[in-house]
Amino acid sequence: MSKSQALYRDNDGQPVIKFILSELKPRGKWLTPFNIISIPVMLAGLVIIIFRFWYGIGAVSNVTQEVPWGLWKGFNVVTGVAFAGGAYVLTFMVYILNMKQYHSIVRVTVLNGFLSYLFYAGALILDLGRPWNIVNPLIGNSFGVSSVLFLVAWHFVLYMIAQLIEFSPVIAEWLGAKRMRKILAGMTVGTVILGITLSTLHQSGLGALFLMAKEKIHPLWYNEFIPILFFVSSIFAGLSMVIFEGSISQRVFFNHISEKNLQARNNIVHGLSKVCAVAMFAYFTLQLLVFLHGKRWDYLDTPLGYWYLTEMLGFVLLPMILFFVSYRKMNINHIKVAAILTIIGIIMNRLNVSIIGYRWDAAVRYVPSWMEVVVALTVVFTQIWIFRYIITRLPVLRDPPDWAKE
Amino acid sequence: MSINRRNFFKVLGVTGVSLTTGTAIASRPEAGESETEFCGILYDSTRCIGCQSCEYACAETHGLPEPTEFPDPAVVRKTDETRRMVINAVTTDDGEIYVKKQCMHCNDPACGAACLTKAILKTEEGPVIWRSRKCMGCRYCMVSCPYDMPKFEYHSANPKIEKCDMCFDRVKEGGIPACAESCPAEALTFGTRRELIAEARKRIHDNPGQYVDHIYGEHEAGGTGYLYISPVPFEQLGFDTSLQKSSYPALTKEFLYAVPAVFVLWPAMLLGLQQATKNNNKNDHQNE
Ligand code: SF4
Ligand code: SF4
Repeated sequence: MSKSQALYRDNDGQPVIKFILSELKPRGKWLTPFNIISIPVMLAGLVIIIFRFWYGIGAVSNVTQEVPWGLWKGFNVVTGVAFAGGAYVLTFMVYILNMKQYHSIVRVTVLNGFLSYLFYAGALILDLGRPWNIVNPLIGNSFGVSSVLFLVAWHFVLYMIAQLIEFSPVIAEWLGAKRMRKILAGMTVGTVILGITLSTLHQSGLGALFLMAKEKIHPLWYNEFIPILFFVSSIFAGLSMVIFEGSISQRVFFNHISEKNLQARNNIVHGLSKVCAVAMFAYFTLQLLVFLHGKRWDYLDTPLGYWYLTEMLGFVLLPMILFFVSYRKMNINHIKVAAILTIIGIIMNRLNVSIIGYRWDAAVRYVPSWMEVVVALTVVFTQIWIFRYIITRLPVLRDPPDWAKE
Repeated sequence: MSINRRNFFKVLGVTGVSLTTGTAIASRPEAGESETEFCGILYDSTRCIGCQSCEYACAETHGLPEPTEFPDPAVVRKTDETRRMVINAVTTDDGEIYVKKQCMHCNDPACGAACLTKAILKTEEGPVIWRSRKCMGCRYCMVSCPYDMPKFEYHSANPKIEKCDMCFDRVKEGGIPACAESCPAEALTFGTRRELIAEARKRIHDNPGQYVDHIYGEHEAGGTGYLYISPVPFEQLGFDTSLQKSSYPALTKEFLYAVPAVFVLWPAMLLGLQQATKNNNKNDHQNE
């Protein structure tokens, strides 16, 4: 057998194309609650997206000349990327700090991160007025190197490639491509290092995007440390998402997870809660210092001031304490509650910077239209669909095939 | 080097680009190297009679609809995707006076620094222009401009950014912008920034009591191509006087400078950590 033929027939002698075709068929029940909700939303979203390209962004979106970035940027991109931070934190722990006990959730987290980025890029394109020029900052005929967005865009693209390489051994296992897997797995540490570097930069870069909007963002949220705050918060945002997503996967995909890994999961959640607590402590301290340094007392006794306090006390301080306490008491359920509170807090924070606190003094406030909301949800739902598709087929949660044991 | 260049640096220096950031970054070294000076326009609101000739001329030159509203102290008109400039009437301590609003053509424009495709460009002549072939419609320029001047055609499938380009097509050919040309009251003067600042000083000096001693745009946002003089404090004309005096792109410089450093330090550090913890595995398993 020649080499290429060997590759081609690696999957137990089954031709790869035929195998992929057989894997394309839907599996499992159709009428799940998630499907019943998500299918109509996605269909409506599709129609709205066609509208948007035909008639312009203004036909479906409420963004204004003063508030040019709405829900798609503020929620799908700026907020979503924070939650995708779990991938770089976990790869850091597993491949750099060699904390092997977290290994069993690396794959699912990287997959999640990759898909998230893919769909944020999608949301970004939806929001671009002139998407056909998207190649300009990439192919080099017009590099706006002084632009933070330029860096963020590049890091996005490179990080997506890095994540794909990190995840690719799984694809190779699925296809039964043994040689391929070996090559790809050998690239892991290198790409992980690149990936963490890129993540540091674009997580903080997303915050740096708002640095020039100095007078436009409410003083309680604008400060020169936004990049650092965004970076630090992405650590526990990502991990909280890992905890949350894990507790759902555990229920929905339990038959894919081996007995041993199910057992290990509680220990993993427990360990992650400590990391979250410490990162949140650092974040809260930073926020406090920024607040004191900026002398923002006067703003506290206003509606937005109360909102700020709600965010900081109710959704940073409280979950932080909860993480600490439940770590000590080994209370997994409380850790999950803390994770959910943290997730809400991050959504609040990112929206406060990018939408709610942005042009907070404008006469006409931006409120997203229902169509924007539908499209925002469509993006999230489509992502979950693809995630589910991959989970049920590829060895992500499942143990890798025997031949691929490390 | 001639005095021009020294002056250019002085202006930049005073604007604080280099002072506040601590590092000597001349925002546009290329422009500093050449002998060219930025052009600008001086608007004197004591001379403006609110006739809107400039507005009509602007609309005609750029193929935009003719203005349909007149200056009225009761309404604050804003530029939008159908008008690149507006004349507003405002009631002030000095009675009803007029004020022109459009892109300020900043020396170191936030919009230009924001643009990742260089669609927005500060030309050597001074006008800040937008180029459709490059723009991808991300609207980051709008987020960054402290004056909210780039406007976007939300209701088009092929949207453009609309903003004043100081009639760059005319200026590069040695002409003067349509608004300045059309003004019957000589409220708009086109020239190099240096000349205009000198002229503005002279008017303030020669007519005591007629102007407040402030040239808006000399330092605001790091200095702008448009300069204003007025009989009343600029807040009354609807200007945001809280804008910082240094340039806006300077706000992101620190971050941008940190990027290469992170790119060098992080991988080295991570690799070191990875090597150091390589054999910790077994211990880990026992401890946890
Ligand atoms: S006023 Fe705004 S649009 Fe005009 S040059 Fe300055 S930053 Fe750019
Ligand atoms: S909308 Fe166009 S001009 Fe404005 S920053 Fe984006 S690419 Fe540049």
